[in-house]
Amino acid sequence: MEHIRTTKVEQVKLLDRFSTNNKSLTGTLYLTATHLLFIDSGQKETWILHHHIAAVEKLALTTSGCPLVIQCKNFRIVHFIVPRERDCHDIYNSLLQLSRPVRYDELYAFSYNPKQKESEQVKGWQLIDLAEEYKRMGVPNTNWQLSDANRDYKICETYPRELYVPRIASKPIIVGSSKFRSKGRFPVLSYYHRDKEAAICRCSQPLSGFSARCLEDEHMLQAISKANPANRYMYVMDTRPKLNAMANRAAGKGYENEDNYSNIRFQFVGIENIHVMRSSLQKLLEVSGIRGLSVNDFLSGLENSGWLRHIKAVLDAAVVLAKAIVVENASVLVHCSDGWDRTSQVCSLGALLLDSYYRTIKGFMVLIEKDWISFGHKFSDRCCQLDGDLKEISPVFTQFLECVWNLTEQFPQAFEYNEAFLLQIHEHVHSCQFGNFLGNCQKEREELRLREKTYSLWPFLLDEQKKYLNPLYNPDLSQKHTLLEPNTVSLNFKFWRNMYHQFDRTMHPRQSVFNLIMDMSEQNKQLEKDMKELEAKIKVRNKQQNAVLTKEPLQSVHPTLKTQCFKKEQPLLPANDAIRTIEGSNTADNRYSEYMEEFSKAEPAVVSLEYGVARMTC
Amino acid sequence: MEFSELIKTAKPGGDGEQGTVELWLLIRNVDAVEKRFASSSGTITLKCKDLRVLQLEIPGMEECLNIASSIEALSSVESVMMMYPFFYRPHSMKLEQGWHLYLPHHYYQQTSAWRLSSVNRDFATCSTYPSAIIVPAIVDDEALRKIARFRQGGRFPVLSYYHKKNQTVMLRSGQPLMGPNKKRCQEDELLLKAALCGRARGFVIDTRSAQAAKQARMTGGGSEPKAAYLGWKRLHRPLERGRPLQESFMKLVEACNDPSLGMDRWLSKLESSKWLSHVKAALSTACLAAQCMEREEACVLVHGAEGTDTTLLVTALAQVILDPDCRTLVGFQHLLEREWIQAGHPFHLRCAHSAYSHARLKQEAPVFLLFLDCVGQLGRQFPFSLEFSERLLLALFENSYASAYGTFLCNSEKERSLCKVKETTHSLWSWLNQPNQQKEYLNPLYSYNALVIWPSVEPQSLQLWQGLFLQWIRSSQYLDEAWAEIQRLVEGSKTPRTNGAAHSQRLLPH
Repeated sequence: MEHIRTTKVEQVKLLDRFSTNNKSLTGTLYLTATHLLFIDSGQKETWILHHHIAAVEKLALTTSGCPLVIQCKNFRIVHFIVPRERDCHDIYNSLLQLSRPVRYDELYAFSYNPKQKESEQVKGWQLIDLAEEYKRMGVPNTNWQLSDANRDYKICETYPRELYVPRIASKPIIVGSSKFRSKGRFPVLSYYHRDKEAAICRCSQPLSGFSARCLEDEHMLQAISKANPANRYMYVMDTRPKLNAMANRAAGKGYENEDNYSNIRFQFVGIENIHVMRSSLQKLLEVSGIRGLSVNDFLSGLENSGWLRHIKAVLDAAVVLAKAIVVENASVLVHCSDGWDRTSQVCSLGALLLDSYYRTIKGFMVLIEKDWISFGHKFSDRCCQLDGDLKEISPVFTQFLECVWNLTEQFPQAFEYNEAFLLQIHEHVHSCQFGNFLGNCQKEREELRLREKTYSLWPFLLDEQKKYLNPLYNPDLSQKHTLLEPNTVSLNFKFWRNMYHQFDRTMHPRQSVFNLIMDMSEQNKQLEKDMKELEAKIKVRNKQQNAVLTKEPLQSVHPTLKTQCFKKEQPLLPANDAIRTIEGSNTADNRYSEYMEEFSKAEPAVVSLEYGVARMTC
Repeated sequence: MEFSELIKTAKPGGDGEQGTVELWLLIRNVDAVEKRFASSSGTITLKCKDLRVLQLEIPGMEECLNIASSIEALSSVESVMMMYPFFYRPHSMKLEQGWHLYLPHHYYQQTSAWRLSSVNRDFATCSTYPSAIIVPAIVDDEALRKIARFRQGGRFPVLSYYHKKNQTVMLRSGQPLMGPNKKRCQEDELLLKAALCGRARGFVIDTRSAQAAKQARMTGGGSEPKAAYLGWKRLHRPLERGRPLQESFMKLVEACNDPSLGMDRWLSKLESSKWLSHVKAALSTACLAAQCMEREEACVLVHGAEGTDTTLLVTALAQVILDPDCRTLVGFQHLLEREWIQAGHPFHLRCAHSAYSHARLKQEAPVFLLFLDCVGQLGRQFPFSLEFSERLLLALFENSYASAYGTFLCNSEKERSLCKVKETTHSLWSWLNQPNQQKEYLNPLYSYNALVIWPSVEPQSLQLWQGLFLQWIRSSQYLDEAWAEIQRLVEGSKTPRTNGAAHSQRLLPH
């Protein structure tokens, strides 16, 4: 590798980010083609994928060495002290290069080899089938059909090939409408609600300027509302703040004029744009990264960042969308500017509120494949997979996951998956280890031949789905309450500590209810199985006794319990209780290095000053 | 005085229909009454001490007025002896049960260094201490009387907690009455020297700032000077109490009760209430005390000014952190008896009003609530380490403000003895410890954890106590169902074992 000058540095110190007692680990730092690896004296490994590195900073030289601070996209921050400045400089330069690949084929996904057969690789990519998903929703049907207009990406490059549109929307209408929409992203079906016969559609902003009209586009919207037999009118939800939408008019874009479109109800919901979101997250991280933060500084920092306000705005919009469908039976057309950021957020969250299928593990994968990947959310640009325009970076998908997390907090039994699942997906959106999230749209992915050259993430997650199951999940309840109605009053939104401080273990609860319940329900299932077997055996035996009427003991029926019923009850605390977070980014390599750690902090050798005995006044 | 005199209209609006829902509200629970009238009917808003808000629509202006004034009068009865616990006589319980749950000599184990003193038998030495206390063996009762004169409120240093693991101790007291002339007291110095038990170091944790402690000298108080107390080092950890704490509580409740707040307003109100800052400060000071004992192997003396508020907050919390015995249902009750009730936290004064009252504030302050909140934070960070659940903390909060039981009545053991609380009211503990009640307050996930539970005190780790502050504001149906599911799972993991065992028994060859 031409970027790597120094592959190994010894006597490197790793500082703890939050502990105030300046605890540090000493070990060896290795630089590989894909990872930065730190092995401390206790043989604990810390793997950092180059793609995860968001920023590297070399601080001023100190007496103990040269500090190197690495910020990761999964919100890990590591602080190394390298004894020799020369080494530090080499590593710094290497990381700068390695963390900013220029071409797609430099990404980890193209070299990652989980040692699978080709057939498995193909099968893996076939796991999520969107045609199957539309069938599940109930399309095609009398009102909706599959359109071949974009089969060769001729009408819209950033849409998938297969699109569902109202049956009465003819090809000229589609073509005309697409010419009137930014980037050609004309209105198409995102979700069909079978019971209500209402639809969620998505598109980009119209090129209406101050007065332009497009008859085909007007017909297109009419076709959508006609495809809903239950309701005459439809909603058009512009997810932008009104001011932004108005400003767009000056550039020949804008929003629908209610006078030109019959039977539409137009509404703004006010989610801010990618730039506001980027700087909001930046501010949030600045605050949460401060050592010895006071409660007041934290809360005012949280407020100033606006982050939770944005999360609330996104979820609020999804609630409006879901209610329009369920309460009013109305179809809704959602757009923002280009229809790939805010629109993806609102459409996918709306569907998640409406349909319990998306609250299962498989369903959530489908949802992400459909509303994010296939409809062209620009993962590559937003996550800065390649060295590019920094202004394109934005945590839009992270916000989506955070909204889902907020829902899982409000409805602990409604989701099949748990927090670790959301965190793991976030991890891999940035890891570039699997092909799913590479590139900005389906066309680009096909050109990159990702299905042949890389692996799909989903089968790997399914393989280890045990880790991602919510033990409290109640599918019956989900059947009964298909619609989730979250309470979006401000005080319900919490700071997502396990996302933004995933790697700051000292901040986590020291005992995990989740793991415990998980083990318990696992055990229960086994025990119930054993019980059934035993009961069956008893029945058999009784029958035999009745039939034979002998006093001989039956040798054949010897009960053995597979589980440890008769052993002393196991202590409820699993030994590795403190470990609940995700280490590294490799699902298959099994690098989730599990290590023992007392949940009470280890006894320090020297005087520890954690709660500040240091600042004594005598 | 007869209560009936205060009741002008007993039952408005004719007979109630059959099969209607009953709502019983202890009138003592009413914190504020607000009236509003519209033509012929009126609305009474009852704001309760447990933070619930009730609205009653009452037809008839006069009846409405009558009821409002009756509730106002009945809810503000001042005399302790007139309070409900003195009249409450449930069939299922016997008086005098539960009053002897905790006795000092149970806690005290014979050691050569410490003795049980009855110097305060008739509450003459210190009016806010119980009759029996534990002190260093070499300090005799005469010396104790002298020391009592040197400590505010007569609260001479007494043993609060003995850490078996390394034989360190925690003491608590009132501030030394040094005054501007830096008065000293030889006996006091001797007592603290004896408390060290030959160890080199002790820490005085003063719950005031260094500045405030210094200023206290002008009004006769002060803090132990290093020169006079060899081996003792002073640490200042200012904790808010009194009026600012009460105002913090009121502001927080006000913010929680306003669902129309946008995110920015909500966060800024949460911040300006400062409640979570107080939680952080209390937890970190308790951790500091615990750390001094567990890790520095030093003795600790905790005091602020009077030694009846923040002092108890710190000593009680430190024990929950250090001692697994305090984390059981019964152990926690012992702790409350020992470190709050018998230690003389003035419950009657502090909990006279809750967050809604318009009455002029006197001595109200939610110090005990702050303690419960901190324990709740520990419970969230160590969900298997407390034997009791959040429900117990909620019940304790409610009962400390308005109760059918006598446990939290009065300000000290002396007052309780004068009012014959133990003879004529029921104890909350005897009710809580009935088997069917107990079940309700147990944490199904509990498993004994012998270790010290060091919490994270970073603001990112502290959470608003939703179960309390949002209890009446938003539905917790889904959270309750999830909790019930956890309980079911835990129960379930026990029953198959026994069933399985029974089945196997039946299959064994005879």
